[in-house]
Amino acid sequence: MSSVTSAPGRAEVEARTLRSDRWWVSPAVTFGVLFLFVVYATWRAFEDRHYFAEPYLSPFYSPCLATSCAPGSSDFGAAAGDWWRLSPALLILVFPLGFRLTCYYYRKAYYRAFWLSPPACAVAEPHRRYSGETRFPLVLQNAHRYFFYAALVFNVILTWDAILGFRNEDGEWGHMGLGTVVLLANAALLTVYTLSCHSCRHVVGGRLKHFSRHPVRYRLWTYVSRLNARHMLFAWLSLFSVAIADLYVRLLATDMFSDPRFF
Amino acid sequence: MTYSAHFRIWRGSAAGGSLQDFDVDVSEGEVVLDIVHRIQATQAPDLAVRWNCKAGKCGSCSAEVNGRPRLMCMTRMSVFTEDEAVTVTPLRAFPVLRDLVTDVSFNYTKAREVPSFAPPEGLAPGEFRMQQVDVDRSQEFRKCIECFLCQNVCHVIRDHEDNKPAFAGPRFFARLAELEMHPLDTVDRRKRSQEQHGIGMCNITKCCSEVCPEGIKITDNAIIPMKERVADRKYDPVRWLGARIGRRGDGGAEV
Repeated sequence: MSSVTSAPGRAEVEARTLRSDRWWVSPAVTFGVLFLFVVYATWRAFEDRHYFAEPYLSPFYSPCLATSCAPGSSDFGAAAGDWWRLSPALLILVFPLGFRLTCYYYRKAYYRAFWLSPPACAVAEPHRRYSGETRFPLVLQNAHRYFFYAALVFNVILTWDAILGFRNEDGEWGHMGLGTVVLLANAALLTVYTLSCHSCRHVVGGRLKHFSRHPVRYRLWTYVSRLNARHMLFAWLSLFSVAIADLYVRLLATDMFSDPRFF
Repeated sequence: MTYSAHFRIWRGSAAGGSLQDFDVDVSEGEVVLDIVHRIQATQAPDLAVRWNCKAGKCGSCSAEVNGRPRLMCMTRMSVFTEDEAVTVTPLRAFPVLRDLVTDVSFNYTKAREVPSFAPPEGLAPGEFRMQQVDVDRSQEFRKCIECFLCQNVCHVIRDHEDNKPAFAGPRFFARLAELEMHPLDTVDRRKRSQEQHGIGMCNITKCCSEVCPEGIKITDNAIIPMKERVADRKYDPVRWLGARIGRRGDGGAEV
C-alpha cells in the first residue's frame, strides 16, 4: 500500500511503515475481541428471554423496566409500561453502550482497530482526509461525562442486583451461590472501571487550578488518578465480566447449568 | 564483543533520496547514534546527522529506527538481533533538509502561537507562594526536551499535511495544559485550545505518549484533561448554565 505519510519536501519513503515488529497483533486482537463482544451483546439484547434466573438478573437487562419483563425481574418497577414491545434491554443499553463508546480508552482501541486511524504508531492510515473529533458525529464524544454520570447510577443498580443474589430461589435472604459471586465481581469491576474514568478524574478535582485550596478534592483526585492509570485494564476486565455474568445467567435460565449453592 | 551489523540509512534531500546499505562494526554497549557516527567517520563522511548531548536530554538526534520514532542516542544496539537490518530514516512528518536532518521549524511556529504565561496584573515577584501540589502537574510537562518525536508520530499531521495549519500537536497541548493548570495564569485557554490549536482533531490514540523519551503521559495528563476543560467550556450545558447564573463568571473555570 502506498504511503500517505509522504508530502512535498519530506523524505521519500514508499513503504507504509518501516516497522519490523508485529505491530498488527494488538489492533487485530482488539478488533477480534470487540467484534465478538458486539455480536454477542447484540444477539443477547434482541433475544428477549433467558435473562432472569431467580434470584439472578442479567446485567444486559438490568434494570428491567417494561411490563413484558420476566416475572420477578423488575426490581425497580416497570416504569416504561406496556407500550414497549421490543426487548427491555434496548431501553437501557444505550447508557452503558454510550459510556463505553465515548470512553477515552475505547476510543483509542476502536479508532486503531476498526477505523485504522492509525492502526499503530508510525503506520500510515488509509484515509485521505481526517477531521478527528471536530465534526458530527464524533464531536459527541464530548458528552462522555454525561454517560459517566449515568454509569454511576447503573453501578448502584447492578450492585443491588448482586445483593439480591444473597437470596434463594424462593426469595429468602441469607443464601449465596456461585451466581452471587459472579454478579458481585461484575458489579465491582464495573464500579472500578467507572471510577477510573478520565471524566471522573476531571470532575472530582482535575478541573481545579489550585489543589492546595481544595484538599479533599485533591485527595479524591489522587485516588482516582491511581485507578485511572489502570483504566485500560479495568475496561477489558469489566467487558469480560459483564459478558460472563450474562452468559452465566443464560446458562442457568436455560437449565444448561445448575447454580452451585454455598449456603 | 564485536559483530558486523547491516544498516540501511536514508540519504538524500527534498529533491529525492533512498535507503543506502552499510555494513559496520558494532561493539558491546553502543547505541544507534554511535554506529551512525562510525559510518560517518569511515564510509560516508558527508552523511548529515543532527546530534548534541548523547545523553537523551537535548532532543537533537530524533529519527526513525526500524520505523519507530526514537532518539538515536537512547536506542541501544542490544535491542536488535545481530542479523537484523537496522533501518534509520529522518523524521517523516517534517521536510527533510539532508539525510537524517529535518526542518522542524513547524514546531517553533506552533510554539509562538501559544499565548505566554500571564500572571495577574500588579502581582510583584515574591508576592505569591505556590504549594508543591499546585505545581506537580505542570512540572511533568516541564520535563519535555522538545525532541518532537510526539509531533512526528502524531498521525493528524504525519498522515495529513493539510492539517498542519490548524493543529498544534501534542507537544503544544502539553504546553497549553501546563499553563491552563498553572494557579497564577490568567488566560482562559480552553476555548482557543479547540478553536485555534485544534485539540478536537486528536483522537486519543496515544502514540505521542508511546514515543516520549521522557515518559511524559501526554495523553492522559495533558490532552484528555484539556479536552475535558474544553468540554466544560463548550459542550457542557449544565456548566454553561452555572456560569450564566453567575457562580463562575468566567465560563465555568474552577480555581
